[in-house]
Amino acid sequence: MSSAGHRTYPTIDPNSIRWILATDCGSTTTKAILIEKVGDEYRQTQRGEAPTTVEEPFADVTVGVVNALTEIGELAGRRFIDEHGHIIRPATEKEGCDIYISTSSAGGGLQMMVAGVVAKMSAESAKRAALGAGAIVMDTIAANDKRKPHEQIQRIRELRPDMVLISGGTDGGNTQQVVQIAERIAPAKPRPRFGGEYQLPIIYAGNKEAAPQVREIFRNGFDLAVVDNLRPVLERENLGPARDKIHDVFLEHVMAHAPGYDKLISWADAPIMPTPGAVGDILQRIAARDKLNAVCVDIGGATTDVFSVFDGVFNRTVSANLGMSYSISNVCAEATMPNVLRWVHLDMDERELRNRVKNKMIRPTTIPQTLEALVFEQAVAREALRLAYQQHKEFATSLKGVQTQRTVGDVFTQDAGGGSIVDNMRLDLLVASGGVLSHAPRMEQTASMLIDSFEPEGFTTLAKDSIFMMPHLGVLASVHPEAAIHVFERDCLIILGTCIAPRGEGKFGKPCFSYRIVPTKGTAVTGALNVGDMKLVRLEGETAQVEIAPERGFDVGAGPGKPVTRTAKVGTVGIVLDARGRPLQLPATHAECKPLLQRWTSALELYA
Amino acid sequence: MAKAYTPGLKVTGRITYRVRRSLPIHGEVLVKVGDRVEATQVVARTYTDGDITPVNVANLLSVPAGDVPGLMLKKQGDLVAAGEILARSKGIFGMMKKDAPSPAGGVLESISSTTGQVILRGDRQPVDVKAFVTGRVVEVIANDGAVIEADVMLVQGIFGIGGEAFGPIHVACKSHDERLDASHLTTAMKGAIVVGGARMTVDALRKARDLGVAALVSGGIDDQDLKEFLGYDLGVAITGSEQVGLTFIITEGFGDIAMAERTHRLLSSHAGERASVNGATQIRAGVMRPEIVVTLAADAPASAERHFAEGSLELGAPLRIIRDPYFGRLGTVKRLPHEPTVLGSGSKARVLEVQLDSGESVIVPRANVELIEG
Repeated sequence: MSSAGHRTYPTIDPNSIRWILATDCGSTTTKAILIEKVGDEYRQTQRGEAPTTVEEPFADVTVGVVNALTEIGELAGRRFIDEHGHIIRPATEKEGCDIYISTSSAGGGLQMMVAGVVAKMSAESAKRAALGAGAIVMDTIAANDKRKPHEQIQRIRELRPDMVLISGGTDGGNTQQVVQIAERIAPAKPRPRFGGEYQLPIIYAGNKEAAPQVREIFRNGFDLAVVDNLRPVLERENLGPARDKIHDVFLEHVMAHAPGYDKLISWADAPIMPTPGAVGDILQRIAARDKLNAVCVDIGGATTDVFSVFDGVFNRTVSANLGMSYSISNVCAEATMPNVLRWVHLDMDERELRNRVKNKMIRPTTIPQTLEALVFEQAVAREALRLAYQQHKEFATSLKGVQTQRTVGDVFTQDAGGGSIVDNMRLDLLVASGGVLSHAPRMEQTASMLIDSFEPEGFTTLAKDSIFMMPHLGVLASVHPEAAIHVFERDCLIILGTCIAPRGEGKFGKPCFSYRIVPTKGTAVTGALNVGDMKLVRLEGETAQVEIAPERGFDVGAGPGKPVTRTAKVGTVGIVLDARGRPLQLPATHAECKPLLQRWTSALELYA
Repeated sequence: MAKAYTPGLKVTGRITYRVRRSLPIHGEVLVKVGDRVEATQVVARTYTDGDITPVNVANLLSVPAGDVPGLMLKKQGDLVAAGEILARSKGIFGMMKKDAPSPAGGVLESISSTTGQVILRGDRQPVDVKAFVTGRVVEVIANDGAVIEADVMLVQGIFGIGGEAFGPIHVACKSHDERLDASHLTTAMKGAIVVGGARMTVDALRKARDLGVAALVSGGIDDQDLKEFLGYDLGVAITGSEQVGLTFIITEGFGDIAMAERTHRLLSSHAGERASVNGATQIRAGVMRPEIVVTLAADAPASAERHFAEGSLELGAPLRIIRDPYFGRLGTVKRLPHEPTVLGSGSKARVLEVQLDSGESVIVPRANVELIEG
């Protein structure tokens, strides 16, 4: 038995499971999938979707769930919902399922405020714990965040978070500062987003010596939980207890106050997870099993989530206002229109484009009808992804504030810890999901958007989540890891191909690298590329043996000028050879970029 | 008959309008069921906690935090005026005492012996909720607010800036496709809801603000003009709390675009009558569109327009195309083919054929039209 919130979940015997239903209740759509045991392996066989019904006139999330599951039932020729509108369990030969699980991001997901003593240390660790649990962090309050106390208090009063996480101080260290943070939050009386009548949950994960005072401060009007310090010593983060408590509180308070969730919780055979938390879980499992460094991006209408696992260290960021519909105007404002237009190989009028962006913002469900509209939307996506990844790299760092022993050799280096752990040269797998990436009319366009915005280096496998089922698999992995891995490998990921790009800069037109590609099927391909070239090699078979001999100053993984031979996945697109150099340098003006873009667009057959 | 669901904006000469007016936190409801209320009448009131001011007394007196409670001249719950002495140090042999004056007035809420900090809370601030529309109270929600009902003319816009505004309707542009610029605005429009035609210019916005116009309503606005007027580039469409001196609403979208003729005609037919306007727009979950509402006289004639089922994309239903290449064009549903079609972008989508008002017919994705709901 396991428990979360008020509900106790039965232990599941994986061997007895044949039919699995999983839903992801998103803000607008509830997506359901059916997983069946076919022979010895699990496969995703059907999918269904229905509008999410959290808001009026239904105000009951389970209505949308039942609709989506009914659609699946019709497609599968199997009844999953009985005449009372309940999921039929356990499965018989003709009807029902063995387990039902769900994730949720409806109603704007989990929204948190975090606080710590030092912005770059305990507050950042608290933010990492909240993001890792699948939350959107509305604001981070720290004693040294440069805002005056009354400004911080005003901000706390304006926010309506689902819960607050407070950290600060190492165990046994100074208690005064973390108590001061608590004293700032309590009188501000932040009100919870749902239902003004329930007490705002506060999770305290700071210096354990200060816990009694913190309890006293939040004694009235709050629901305080104290967990282990998430930074017990400077050198170590301990995010697990805080993250688990966030999940519990999410179930117990936030979800329980959202319409229909009490019923949904009672239906599910495992705790309902916030959607991004589940995506993070499955990515970590895959990275651990295959010893991979992986990045996954999910670009939505309002936000872009980036997940990474490097050397087993997981990070997640949410770029709250980088998205392709509700936030498209913000992408253009942050990236600036000239930067967006760098990715457009056609002539377009900037004033007209600015109006189009705003029209998309106010009518977010429209789709590009013309090629020109598609090209522009994909250009905006490149900038949204580039900015989101930049934010992710700045956040996914080694711990700051840790003292390292320095030697004479370090005298001239300024590195004080806190460097990004995201290294594109060591990135093995880059996974795309979200409308603009997964619904692009051609897979080449998805691959190209990933390459232009993430700038992978060396050899990187590119893939997309076929129908965004990573959330379902994340929660499934918590009860049936084997089924989750089967489906992830066979049905979830569509391998687009491999990007091979050397790190280094050179003059356009000078030699960059030569290549020899031997596919498992068909004949070998050889050639050489100059700096600024791109080439798409279409191949048959699943993999190819690739030899790359870079010129001096260019590195494909073994060091500058050193050749590399590796097996590369071919996928549906093929192997993309990118000799534009890294970091990618594009001319500043649209006029200068246009001819280059036209060359690359045609080399990758993007809009053929 | 072929049908499909698509959302739309309401433009209607008569509808029974119900609006729930809620307090942000619990308070007192000032009306009862059956009361007749004016649009600007306060129907519910509450008070928010006063601002809080933290004072680091330990620092001010240069004493350890633990000593602060013993040095306080004021106790918890005391009313303190700005400048009044909160605490005094013991000094050295009774000399060189230091004072900690209060930087603000308020009630002394707490004294911390851990941090040496004192919290002062200022006066409560009243929060009023108005009826918004002239009508009748049909429901009272205890401690929360009331539901007001009225028969109204209702026009939903697509985007607005600024909050609630009230005033008589004044028609500035005679035609629905006439651009609204500064020359259309006069001092007679002070406090009015001014109806334009096509795009409103930034000069018109500035002059309207200077004249004290309550609200501007027109077909479109150029994004560059919006940015100039606001002073920043709007990133996300959650509006209503801007303090820019007036409320403005666009009915069609961004760019050089005329107001739908029907909308212009409807608003013009109520010239001189008092309207309630709200620019608040929210596009994400819990969609909120800006509105122009005029309460009708009890004997006003019923609308003669043909009615289509709400949200239903039926043959003949009036609609607006909301994406290029036909952005802003109006027409009716001519055909609803079942099979998905490959678009010029290369994507496959379900489409419909639209009979444009200009006579030609075009194919557009179903996602790119919006019903004009009456």
